[in-house]
Parts: sequence; C-alpha cells; structure tokens
Amino acid sequence: MTTHDITLTVNGTAHDLTVESRTLLVHALRDDLGHTGTNVGCETSMCGACTVLVDDEAVKSCTLLAAACDGSEVQTVESLVDGGELHPLQEAFAQEHGLQCGFCTPGMLMTSLDLLAHDPDPSREEIREALEGNLCRCTGYQNIVNAVERAAQTMRAATDGGDRGGD
Amino acid sequence: MSSTPEFIDAHEAQRLRGSPVRRREDRPLLTGDAQYTDDISREDLLHLAFTRSHHAHARVEAIDTSAAEAMEGVVAVYTAADVAASGVTGEVPPVWLLPELKTPPYPMLARERVRFQGQPVAAVVAERRYLAADAADAIDVTYEKLDAVTSPGAATTEGAPQLHEEAPNNVAAEWEIGDREDTDAAFDRADHTVELDLVNQRLLPTAMEPRAVLAEYNASTEKATVHMSTQCPHLHRRFFCEMLDFPEHRMRVVAPDVGGGFGSKDSAHPDEALTIWAALQLERPVKWVATRTEGYASTGHGRGHETHAEMALSDDGDILAIRVHTDGDLGGYVSTFGALNPTWGYAPMLPGQYAMEAMHCTVTEAFTNAVPTEPYRGAGRPEASYVIERLVHLAAKEVGMDPADLRRRNYIPSDEFPYETTAGYLYDSGDYEKPLDRALELVGYDDLRARQAELRAEGRYLGIGISSYVESCGYGPSEIVGQIGGQLGLWETGVVRFHPSGKVTVFCGTSGHGQGHQTTYAQIVADELGVDFDDVDVVEGDTDEVPMGMGTYGSRSVTVGGAAVLTSARKAVEKARQIAAHQLEVATEDLEFESGEFSVTGAPDRAIHIQEVARQAYLAHDLPEGLEPGLEEESFYDPENLVYPFGVHVVVVEVDADTGELSFEKYVAVDDCGEQINPKIVEGQVHGAIAQGLGQGRFEGVVYDESGNLVTGSMQDYAVPKAHQLPHFETDHTVTPCPHNPLGVKGVGEAGTIAAPQAVVNAVCDALSPLGVDHIDMPVTDEAVWQAMNRAAATDGGAE
Ligand code: FES
Ligand code: FES
Repeated sequence: MTTHDITLTVNGTAHDLTVESRTLLVHALRDDLGHTGTNVGCETSMCGACTVLVDDEAVKSCTLLAAACDGSEVQTVESLVDGGELHPLQEAFAQEHGLQCGFCTPGMLMTSLDLLAHDPDPSREEIREALEGNLCRCTGYQNIVNAVERAAQTMRAATDGGDRGGD
Repeated sequence: MSSTPEFIDAHEAQRLRGSPVRRREDRPLLTGDAQYTDDISREDLLHLAFTRSHHAHARVEAIDTSAAEAMEGVVAVYTAADVAASGVTGEVPPVWLLPELKTPPYPMLARERVRFQGQPVAAVVAERRYLAADAADAIDVTYEKLDAVTSPGAATTEGAPQLHEEAPNNVAAEWEIGDREDTDAAFDRADHTVELDLVNQRLLPTAMEPRAVLAEYNASTEKATVHMSTQCPHLHRRFFCEMLDFPEHRMRVVAPDVGGGFGSKDSAHPDEALTIWAALQLERPVKWVATRTEGYASTGHGRGHETHAEMALSDDGDILAIRVHTDGDLGGYVSTFGALNPTWGYAPMLPGQYAMEAMHCTVTEAFTNAVPTEPYRGAGRPEASYVIERLVHLAAKEVGMDPADLRRRNYIPSDEFPYETTAGYLYDSGDYEKPLDRALELVGYDDLRARQAELRAEGRYLGIGISSYVESCGYGPSEIVGQIGGQLGLWETGVVRFHPSGKVTVFCGTSGHGQGHQTTYAQIVADELGVDFDDVDVVEGDTDEVPMGMGTYGSRSVTVGGAAVLTSARKAVEKARQIAAHQLEVATEDLEFESGEFSVTGAPDRAIHIQEVARQAYLAHDLPEGLEPGLEEESFYDPENLVYPFGVHVVVVEVDADTGELSFEKYVAVDDCGEQINPKIVEGQVHGAIAQGLGQGRFEGVVYDESGNLVTGSMQDYAVPKAHQLPHFETDHTVTPCPHNPLGVKGVGEAGTIAAPQAVVNAVCDALSPLGVDHIDMPVTDEAVWQAMNRAAATDGGAE
C-alpha cells in the first residue's frame, strides 16, 4: 500500500495528511478531515452530490484522487456561511424551497457557485444545463432553478451596489 | 397563471395553518451541518462490506474466506454458517400476509442458494472502509449456476426455472377482488370493449442518500443503538429485534438526517440486520454504507407488473366494467411489504375516479430472480391509475369522444360522496370536475385541440395527455389494515409536552426525510395552542424519545401523524383549561380560549396564558383536586378511514415526425389534497413527485438481461431525470376537505408519481394517433417512440 504525504488547503486552512494512492478526495475530506458536508451519492461522477471547488473549479470529489490534489485549494459547502450569515445562494435555496432532504444540496450549491462565478446572469435554460451533472431526487429541480436565478439577482445587485459605492 | 406560493416568515402569518411558513429544517442542510448516517463516526469504528452474488440464480457450493481472513485489519468474516451458529434465524419478516401466501425464508446471508444478483452471501468487518471492500472482494464463492427468470409472466409459465420448493410454478399467491359474474355480465352487454397488454416496469427508487447503518452495542448496559437511514425507526426496531432475537426495549433506533426514502427505506433489508448482528457479535460500532451499485442490486425495487386489462362501455360512453389480470413481480423472496403492492395496494384503486357497475381483478404474485420488490412512492396506486387511465384513453378513441368528455361523463358525481366503489373502498370526499376544469383552462385545452389539428395537417405531431387520478393513502385504520393482511396497526402517536417555561416539544411517530415535518407539525401545534411558532420544537425519528410510531410512507404523516399531534394539543388545552378555571375561580365552561389565552367570558381581563398555566402545572402548588401535575398529553390516533386525494394532470408533448424525439411543451397539475397546512411544502411535494412520475414515463426502467444480470446497475445506466430533461411544472389546486380527518387534510406526497406516467403515455399516443399507435410501454424514450412509429408505418404499409 503506497501512501503519499500531501497538503490540502480546505476552506482556507492547510492540512498535512497521509493518504493511500487510491484515496478519493471526498473520503479524505470526509473521513480524514471531518468535513462531512460534502456527500457521496454514487462514487461514479454521475450524481454531483460530492461536488466541491478545487482551485476555484467545480469538480466531483468522488472521482478525484486526494493525492492528485496535493497543494490545491479546496472549497466545500462548509465555507459558504460568512459570519453566521447564509451565502446568497443558500438564502435563495431556502427561500425558493430548492431543497427537501438536502442530500444533493451541498453539491448543487457548489456547482451553482461555479456557474455564477463564470456567468452572473444565466438564463433558466443555462441553469438547467449547468446542473445537468447534479441529480436531485426530491425537488423536481424547478425550485432549484428558481433559487439559482434569485441568487444571481441578489449577487448582481450586491456587485452593482459595490461598484456604485466605489465610484 | 396558477398560484405559486412564496415562503413567508412565521411571524408574518396571521394563522400558521394554511400559510407557506419558511422551513425551519433548512439551515443545517444548507451549511453542511446536517448529519446523515455516514457522517457519524465513532472512535473504535469498524466498517462492514458485503460479498454479493454475481449470479441471479445459483447453488452456493463453497465459500472460501481464507484470503479475506488473512488480511491485516480484517476483524471478522461471516457467512450463513456463522449466523446459524449464533442461534438467530435472521430472516426478513414479511409483514403483509395474504391468504395462503408462500413465504420461504429470506435470510440475512444466503444459505444453500442465491436467488437474485446482489443477494448478500458473506460479510467482512475491517478496520478501514477500503480494506473491508478489498476483503469482501477476496472472498471466493463457488457457485453452480442455474437458469434464471426475471419476468413475472414468464416465471409462472410451464418449464420456467423454479425458485422455491414450497412455491410450485413460482406462484407465491393467487388473489382476487371484485365480482367476476357481474363483471362478465357487463362485458356481455357492452356495445364496446377495449383491451390492452401493458407493463408497469420495475423501478429503482434511488434516494440520493444510499442506505446506511451504524450499529453499536454496549455490553455493560446490554443496549444496542442503531443510527440508520430509515423512514420508520420503530418499525425497523421491531423487524430487527424479531430477526435477531434481541429484546425490543433495549434497542434504540435513530433516524438522523435522511437523504430521501421514497418507500425504499421503510422495509427491512438483510444487509441492515446483518450489520446490527455484527455489532452485537463484536461489541464494537460497525458501519455499513451501500455504494450506489450495491444499493441498486439490493434495495427493494418498485412496481413490476405485467397486466392484461379490459374495459366495457356503452354506446354513449358509459363505463360499465373493467376486468384486469396482473402478474405481480415479488422478486426472489417475499420482502417486508412486498405482498401488499400488487394486491391491496393496487387493485382496489383500479376503478379510479369512475362510477361503474362492476370490476374484477385477479393477481398472481410471482417469484423471479430479481431484487425483491418493495413499496416505491405510491406503491400500487400508480400501477392502478396507469391501467384505468390508459383504458380510458383507448375507450375515448373507441367510442369517438373527446377524452376529457369521456372522463367527465363517468366521474363519480360530487354529491354522491362518501362513495362506496365497486371494489369496496369508501371514498371520503371528491369533486372531480373542478380540477379537470381548472387543468383544461390552464393548459388552454380547446385552443390546443385546434392547434393540434392544424399541426397535423402540416405533418407535425402534438399530443395532449390527460390523467385523472384518485389515490388511497394515509393508512390505517388499523382494523382494516388487519383485515387485509397487515401485521401491524397503522395509527400514529403524537405527544405535546409543555416545559415549565411554557415552551413546547412535540414528538411524533412519523419520521420525515425531506418533507418538512418540523415546520408543518410546529404550524399545527403552535396554532392550536396559541403559542409562538418558535416556542414549539418537533422531535421525530428516535425510538428512545418518541414513545411509539409507525413512520412516514404512503402520505400518512400529516393525515395520521398531524392528526395525532393535533389531538394531543387539544387534550393539553383541555387540561390547561381545568387549571386555568381553578386558578381564576370559575367553571371551565366560563372560559374562552383564544390565541393562547384563557379568559373569563364577559370579563376579558381576568385571563391567564396557557404558557403560564404550564408553569403552574409543574409548580403544582395549586391544582384542581385530583388533577395530576404537569402538562403533557399523548395520543394514539387511529384514522377512521383512508383518505382519497385526487386531481388532474395534463401534459403537452410534441413528437418529431422524423426522429421520434419527444419534447415537453407544458405540464399542468391541479391537485386536491384537501386542506393544506403549508402550501409551499405541498407544492414541493407535487414537483418532486411529478419528476419521479415523468422519470417512469420517460426515462427509467430496470433492465435485467436473460441471465438475470442487472444491466441498469449504476447511475451510468439507470436514467434518473436531470434538470434539463424536465419541463416547467405549472401547479394549482382545489380544496375538498377530508370529512373525517380533524385537519381536513389528505395526502399529497405521491400524487405526481401516480398522475404523471399515464399523462406522458397518453400524450404520446394522442400525438401518434394519426399513425394508429395505441400503446407504448414505458419508459417512452425517443427510441421507443421511433420504433412505435416505424412499426405503425410498417403495419399500415402491409395492410395496403
Ligand atoms: S458521489 Fe460524486 S458524483 Fe456522485
Ligand atoms: S433535496 Fe433530496 S435529493 Fe435533492
């Protein structure tokens, strides 16, 4: 059994850990580092429950080896709350009833975060396309799409407001 | 436009009941603080993994565990011999018994024979997760392969492979309902008959969280604690204690956060019981979490019907009778609830919303070399509704009527409720034309029919699919449940406990897994007690905290559980009234109760709030004579009848004339679940259920190959609908209160799953009616449509 000593920066905190070659990122996050917010729904990169950001890009952590992420910055759902305040995406999911059992939700949030970072004003169709790799069995997606739309609005308004403030 | 409620904060609500109060359970689910079973750890935790049969049907000749045992970090390896040596039977108890049902043993680990691919044969317990999987792989099982059969129809024909000696021809039970003679007579008299062979395919429930168990045993206290992804902790406790011969009062089953169930987490599975057994053997915490593929190969599948159905009609479109035979697929063994689904869960609902003279249905429950079937969202009602609504579609064509008109003509009239159907069920209340009217209006039916005709002239295929449904849910009452084979009562418990501070904790025996019970029950109780929403907390899903319970499935939570907590709240008010009257020195009849305040009639400033009464009840310094201290009430609510929600869904599709590609244009759902406690949560249930119903209609289906290999064994192969594959849902509702439920509610969790499949199939058949396509089995994939079009063209060509 080959092991690797790696460093993962998770939500801003650097961790040194020793992992097997085959250890998946999601298991390193959950089992070794105790970040259980990220869920495992399929282990085959089909469901998206395990989506996290690695170096600012949404990836499925169930098909990524932890060793391959040595030196990376990982962002999980646990990072979204800021000073006790929900992130606009989280707030929008709650307000639009974009979650029921919540199991897919961390992955949905991380994929949406990535989407909005690249496209602050996606159409409903684009949102549906972007969420193609994230399965939800409870909501029928409609309210998730509503939530992402609402969050995009809030975040745009905040950015616009920020810009004006800077003028 | 239909109404889409917006969540509001509880303090903005005039009255909590009926308001879309924002869900209180969301925050931990959004922040990652939620605790699903696999999120829970223990210091000395062990991991369990299974060796499962690769074969659908085989004799187990030898199991070589030596390689696994030799691996460092492997703590134990188990086979059926070890289970037997421990003295427990370890057999899954069937809790729905039909007369003469054959129930061959369904063991935790396979004994001399395996009967479906994925059946557990051996188990390994190891120090680490990956190691357990490695060791399970290292177990070498020698099999003698046997022929397999996976279709219930084929299983009961001569020469089929035989699964169980005690069940000749693989027949577990023959069962019937209705009146054969009256039905035959109606058919003899009929001007028209239509008939249909159809398959209601097997489905994988696919809760996003796979099944998971963490079991622990404390040898000093002799107590076992089980955290598991369950819909019904108390029932699971009962099942496991029975299987493991363990004292029920020393086992605690807890449902932490549960990532969906859809029926698949209300049954006992062999692997769950074995995990607990291993923890008892080893006296160390043991965790097992199904992988997705493992879950697909072992978690109870849904549906699985092969049906022949006929309908008799008069010339002017009156439905006279229906006659149905179904081969229902039980899979390799009789599972916990398996025998219920194709019989009592199904056949009594075959008449649907229609008044008719007679019905007759026979069911053969068959053993097949496939995963045992269990309830899946709707469990029998979707299968029934599919049959009647497909027949109605054909009937309309046969008698030359618009399908909406034929339905309307045959609906049970609204003034005839309560209505006893020809299948013997007593429908509580209904007003079936209202949702039809509303749905047709929302979809723009008349215009659509006109547009359909225009498009057809251009060679384009637009299809409109209507689905009227009524379902039975909210099981009990217990007496009826007993009469139809249930080895359980289906009441529910609710406890309302005031604390001395005036705050309230509500306990309920249901166990939510995404439905928002914490919010809904708090709305009910806070309103009834006249206290603040935030002063009410709700506890579910823990057998040590909740006195007793039956769990969440079959849309019974608000209908039965909600009624139980309401009843307890009312009892608490009555006890509080006695204390208030004593302290205000008036008779109880002279007290009014409003917004939490007891006040003397005619002297409103002589008043005491119920939260102050609670304080007094615990102080117990000055109580009416003979009254016990404290303010806590419990009820076991046993409903008077089932509840019968209903509605109409309409879907509009267009089929590409060249490729068979199908696109959704519109989906309209008008449901009537009686009073709504939280309209936003109701809407969420409707959306999710439609998605699953469309999943069945369009995409999903279990496929076994000829040898019984599960072809759809992973999410790669099994088509759970994705965000961009589903249409926008337009939802609305009508309100016909349930007359016997104290909240006036009916269930809503399954409505969409029941309504959507036939809406799709009807729509596609409607689109392709110029080609003479009468039926396409689900899932109606683009390929299936294309093939149906080609077949129709070929037949057409042949006839000319
Ligand atoms: S668990 Fe990673 S995509 Fe499903
Ligand atoms: S909320 Fe349950 S899977 Fe999405």
